[in-house]
Amino acid sequence: MTILETVDLRKRFGDFFALNGVNLKVQRGQIHGFIGPNGAGKTTTMRILLGLLKATSGTAQLFGKDAWADAVEIHKLLAYVPGEVNLWPNLTGGEVLDLFARLRGRLGQQNQRLRKELIERFELDPSRKCGTYSKGNRQKVALIAALASGAELLILDEPTSGLDPLMEQVFQDCIGELKSQGRSVLLSSHILSEVEKTCDYISIIRDGVIIENGTLEELRHLTSTHVAVQTKRPIQGLQEFPGVHDLREEDGLTHFSVEAEHMGTVMAYLSSLEIVRLESAPPTLEDLFIRHYEGQGAGR
Amino acid sequence: MKGRGFVGSSALGRFFWRQERRQAALWCAAIVLLNLLVVLAYNQIYQSEAERQAMAETMSNPAMTFMLGPGYGLDDYTIGAMVGHEMLLFAALAAAVMNILLVNAQTRGAEEDGRQELLLSLPVGRLSSLGAVFALAVAKNLGLALLTAAAMWGAGVESVDLAGSLLFGMVLGVTGLFFGGLTALFAQLTEAGRANLALSLGALGVMYVVRGMGDLGREWLALISPLGLILRSQVYVRNFWWPVWAMLGLGILLWLGAFGLKRERDLGAGLIRWRPERKASSRLLGSPLALAFRLQRTTIISWIGALFFLGLSYGSVFGDLEAFLAGNEFLKDILPAVQGYSLTEQFLGMVVLVMAMMAVIPGLLAVLRLGREEAGGRLESLLALPVTRLRLLASFTALSVLVSGAAMLVSGLGLWLAASVVVEEGLSLPMMLRACLAQLPAMLAMTSASVLVMGFRPRWSGLVWGYLGYSFFAVYFGVLVRLPEWMAKLSPFGFSPQLPVEPFEPLTAAALGGVSLALWVLGSVGYVKRDIGV
Repeated sequence: MTILETVDLRKRFGDFFALNGVNLKVQRGQIHGFIGPNGAGKTTTMRILLGLLKATSGTAQLFGKDAWADAVEIHKLLAYVPGEVNLWPNLTGGEVLDLFARLRGRLGQQNQRLRKELIERFELDPSRKCGTYSKGNRQKVALIAALASGAELLILDEPTSGLDPLMEQVFQDCIGELKSQGRSVLLSSHILSEVEKTCDYISIIRDGVIIENGTLEELRHLTSTHVAVQTKRPIQGLQEFPGVHDLREEDGLTHFSVEAEHMGTVMAYLSSLEIVRLESAPPTLEDLFIRHYEGQGAGR
Repeated sequence: MKGRGFVGSSALGRFFWRQERRQAALWCAAIVLLNLLVVLAYNQIYQSEAERQAMAETMSNPAMTFMLGPGYGLDDYTIGAMVGHEMLLFAALAAAVMNILLVNAQTRGAEEDGRQELLLSLPVGRLSSLGAVFALAVAKNLGLALLTAAAMWGAGVESVDLAGSLLFGMVLGVTGLFFGGLTALFAQLTEAGRANLALSLGALGVMYVVRGMGDLGREWLALISPLGLILRSQVYVRNFWWPVWAMLGLGILLWLGAFGLKRERDLGAGLIRWRPERKASSRLLGSPLALAFRLQRTTIISWIGALFFLGLSYGSVFGDLEAFLAGNEFLKDILPAVQGYSLTEQFLGMVVLVMAMMAVIPGLLAVLRLGREEAGGRLESLLALPVTRLRLLASFTALSVLVSGAAMLVSGLGLWLAASVVVEEGLSLPMMLRACLAQLPAMLAMTSASVLVMGFRPRWSGLVWGYLGYSFFAVYFGVLVRLPEWMAKLSPFGFSPQLPVEPFEPLTAAALGGVSLALWVLGSVGYVKRDIGV
């Protein structure tokens, strides 16, 4: 079931086109990674989804409602963590958490317990004024408020950019728990390893357009696998095979990368040479990313 | 004060000066110009001795003593004595605030933002930045002192002589240095720039009040307040220099204290541990209206308090008003004689109008706060909750109207209280309240104008202040410089009746109310439709 969908979403600021037709779809229960470099349109898309900005054209629907017209109804079901968390310097973290919970309209005993637990897990001191918090601590306040909200959908804009590795782990655990509860997350990031660890579906945005989307598995098929191999008999003519790149010899191993669809023929050939040692590394998102950006960049 | 601790001070000093020179120059120019203008204006307004003696009568009033300090030279109230008595304290307050703001920004403020950290990683001494701040403070305050002295003496008024002007300037300089030192000392104790600012400004306020109470009869109490001390210099009459030396000594002690503490403590730490704040909010903080109030609590309370004092001080002059107004050509121009009304009643109408323009300020601040919240990126989190924009805007506007109304009534009450004490037959409270209430439609229209700006261009909030400034000029001074009638009518306050002399016109009030409503609706339509946070 689709809970978030944008169709040909466009946004213009003066004569700058921030979004040029974004088509994004998030299914219920999906942890959806939204990746792209700075200025690609991640935050603009999220702000339109929140009804903070009005789309120039196209539609943005959450829970089957219009993001702009039905903002309040939608906001009852979602929680948001902005990329740059700005809080009121003269309120304490605890006061902000209380305020958000009350404005949300259901400060249940259950949520209060959850909030207390999250405060402990994230090691936040809620008795300090927000003015004395570091960026990471402000981010923790917003994350705790979102995670404790019980919302169906969480929209997180680079949520871990100020967190230390330990807190990042806590965050990933929390996302895992959300997933097991069947809740959905739209998470933007440019930290690829994080998206790899937490997300099960990915959309890549560049220059205001989604250029690729799919599960991590599906996207991996689009790229090539690194292989390092040693065989009894010498390898000859591998460069002639279609889909093989970057062939080189190192420490007695033959390194190359091969596109997914040609993997079979290459492997069959190598087996015939009696494999002694074989290492293969699945493509990382970095490879995906670089392939897309460099490829597209060169094409323009 | 050379030593390894101060390595790099001079480079840092130049760097800090680059950062704050504009602000410092503006402050100094404002203080110097204000003093100069007052000297020139008084010289123009109080030309005859009779007029000056009438003013001296007013000044012997206890309320004036509380506000400005004890009068001196009242039996021969020259322009110099007037300026010295009426301006020294306020100019010194301005110098103190300037130093508090600038020193706080370069000490605790810089440390809080992490700017100090970056500087301290360079080969500079632990005390270098504070040393640079001190050197700058000395330079700025000396500059302020000399410029003020030169400007006032340069005005060419006989009784505003060189010796007095020099003393006047030096009093400002040492007061500035003293409060800069106090702020630098407090900066070592507190952990946050805001806390340090609050502590320093709070200390200034306490010193002001202690001085006021002391000046009303207990000399020792006035002397323990630095602000009381400086008034003992009796500038332009007796020209005592000992308060300057005393303040200079105290100021240097404060700076030495700041250096001593700075050397001992860790970067980023304060010697006073922050006390745990409230973990949870009070039950009341649960709506946009409550948030709007909580964010501006201190501002609102200070403004309402200030308006009460403004009312009190206006009220306190009502006793000798007839004598005072009779001898004053300037005010006679503003207040043309109206048949059947006393000058007091006419003066009341004008004063209430001025108070209304002051009372609308905290209300405008409340609406414009919404723009500051947006610029600060804090609306994003709020509007991502199930809170409509209309509710948010309505909350801030409601607070604005409540605050303006309260400020108006409180200032009216202050005026009535003080006037009741000094005027024999007293002042009618219902009449006073009616005069205040009659201002509300115009204040409402002003508030709605600010909502209109929020609805379309929150960055243009300067327009709102410009409009209020125009209103003040056109309505208050317009009469004096004989501006055409329509210029006052461009401001809502141009339609405000000055009770009891002018009648309250229900139709005009209703029209102002209608315009306010229309502006508000237009502003909220814009606010609901536009992009937030771009």
